[in-house]
Amino acid sequence: MTETFYDVLRRQGITRRSFLKFCSLTATSLGLGSAAAPRIAHALETKPRTPVIWLHGLECTCCSESFIRSAHPLTKDVVLSMLSLDYDDTLMAAAGHQAEAIIEEVKKKYKGNYIVAVEGNPPLNEDGMFCIHGGRPFVEVLKETCADAKAIISWGACASYGCVQAAKPNPTRATPVHKVISGKPIINVPGCPPIAEVMTGVVTYMLTFDRIPELDRQGRPKMFYGQRIHDKCYRRGHFDAGQFAEAWDDEGARKGYCLYKMGCKGPTTYNACSSMRWNGGVSWPVQSGHGCIGCSEEGFWDKGSFYDRVTSITPFGAESNADTIGKAAAGTVGAAIAAHAAVTALARARQKAGEPSTTSEQKGE
Amino acid sequence: MLSQQDMLEAERHGRQVRSIYVYEAPVRLWHWVNALAMVVLAVTGYFIGKPLPTVPGEAAENFVMGYLRFAHFAAAYIFAVGLLGRIYWAFVGNHHAKQIFRLPITNGQWWSEVFFELRWYLFLERTPKKYVGHNPMAQLMMFFFFTVLAVGMVFTGFALYSEGAGLGSWQDALFGWVIPALGGSMQVHNLHRLGMWIMMTFVLVHVYAAIREDIMSRQSLISTMVSGWRMFKD
Repeated sequence: MTETFYDVLRRQGITRRSFLKFCSLTATSLGLGSAAAPRIAHALETKPRTPVIWLHGLECTCCSESFIRSAHPLTKDVVLSMLSLDYDDTLMAAAGHQAEAIIEEVKKKYKGNYIVAVEGNPPLNEDGMFCIHGGRPFVEVLKETCADAKAIISWGACASYGCVQAAKPNPTRATPVHKVISGKPIINVPGCPPIAEVMTGVVTYMLTFDRIPELDRQGRPKMFYGQRIHDKCYRRGHFDAGQFAEAWDDEGARKGYCLYKMGCKGPTTYNACSSMRWNGGVSWPVQSGHGCIGCSEEGFWDKGSFYDRVTSITPFGAESNADTIGKAAAGTVGAAIAAHAAVTALARARQKAGEPSTTSEQKGE
Repeated sequence: MLSQQDMLEAERHGRQVRSIYVYEAPVRLWHWVNALAMVVLAVTGYFIGKPLPTVPGEAAENFVMGYLRFAHFAAAYIFAVGLLGRIYWAFVGNHHAKQIFRLPITNGQWWSEVFFELRWYLFLERTPKKYVGHNPMAQLMMFFFFTVLAVGMVFTGFALYSEGAGLGSWQDALFGWVIPALGGSMQVHNLHRLGMWIMMTFVLVHVYAAIREDIMSRQSLISTMVSGWRMFKD
């Protein structure tokens, strides 16, 4: 049986007396009156922690690597106290048939009441044979596991958008989770990987409030993906002033000027890097002197150079961007106009030399 | 239809009156305000994508990108409001005001005149026809390269503006859907810039054709957009 919050508190050395005091205090501070205290205590004593099944598809495990480095809250608190991480083949001790049996057990026991966290995505080509999970195509395991889930979290650019394994021509047909699973709330948490605190933050929110966070049009939690890197960048002042690094080793780069001209994708990328930073707030890409590559944006792997501001436009081929196409078009049309004007002048001169012309009157109907 | 009405008007008045009132004051005013806004938009837009060389001094003492972006957004509002006003005038103005908003694509006569104009521009016709409003070829070009493109620029432009205005702003509510629909913010930036180039290429053709027809087709074009009156020179 999964531990309740009360069990966890007791295990961590909190007395029942302190627990009941906590419940009374919570009821009072929420303005609920004394009758609510026993109800809070009852909920904490009986409500099991939400079970989570963490599946791994076609991926590189960078999401897991990021997740286990979370500082606020600490990953150990999330995994050991807050949720019940019942299945994660990278972290769990069990292996083989024993491990696989857990998925079945959770599905039966917590039907419609568990969360599936997906790292990576299912490849669909060759009946899904490019990613095998416990002897079966991953796509089958994913569909079965998600069938009775309460909600699904798509970790990272892989599960949310496809990422590099879905880069053109996408030989394995790696497909984002939301294009395979339907009829369930799916939370996209993009990034390659997502920020550790964003991952634990999404999980904490869902456990605390027992609902999924508010999502934007692309299914991302608004609280972490509501603004662009650019909107909160500490170099934004240099952008507005018109002060840019023009080369990686110039004066501007040394002074920490804006990396816009070096192809920084901050203005087109929705993520929390510029406010939350990485590794417990130590640094983040722009602070280290490299522009953002837009790893939490859909298709970032297929959208041209990381080091150009005006990047290639997908349908026009790798070497064409708006400026090359535009200048070519304007140049061609300009030359055509010049030629047309010359021919017009010539024709007019010849006509004048021949006979004085009169334009025909417009014929009505 | 419009071209037939034009022709009747031209025939009725052309020989005696020699001038017809075509573009009403709001259309003329819009034309020149719009032209100015487009120049500002294209120049500032170009430098937003490919910024000017770095300015020296403290960041707090400079606001180059800030002013460029302000000019771009201000001109964009004028462009968008102007376009709305122009659409309104298409409903209440004279029939010439409707020309750039709808094509008489079911009218065979109109299509044959499109091809006549094409032959005229390819030097295959010796003498031009006269039209009170746009000639059919010009109308076709105007519809696709101005009207449709301008609406596209307004949609992509406000979608990009909504990124700064933030989630929940009216720009986001009305135009935010454009960004995922076109494949992300970067793609929308690129398409918006490509739209600028197409628009500027069209401006080249538009200005050239206006000057050329003013000379060649023996009717006023440029002064018509100033005074509203189309003069027929013979």
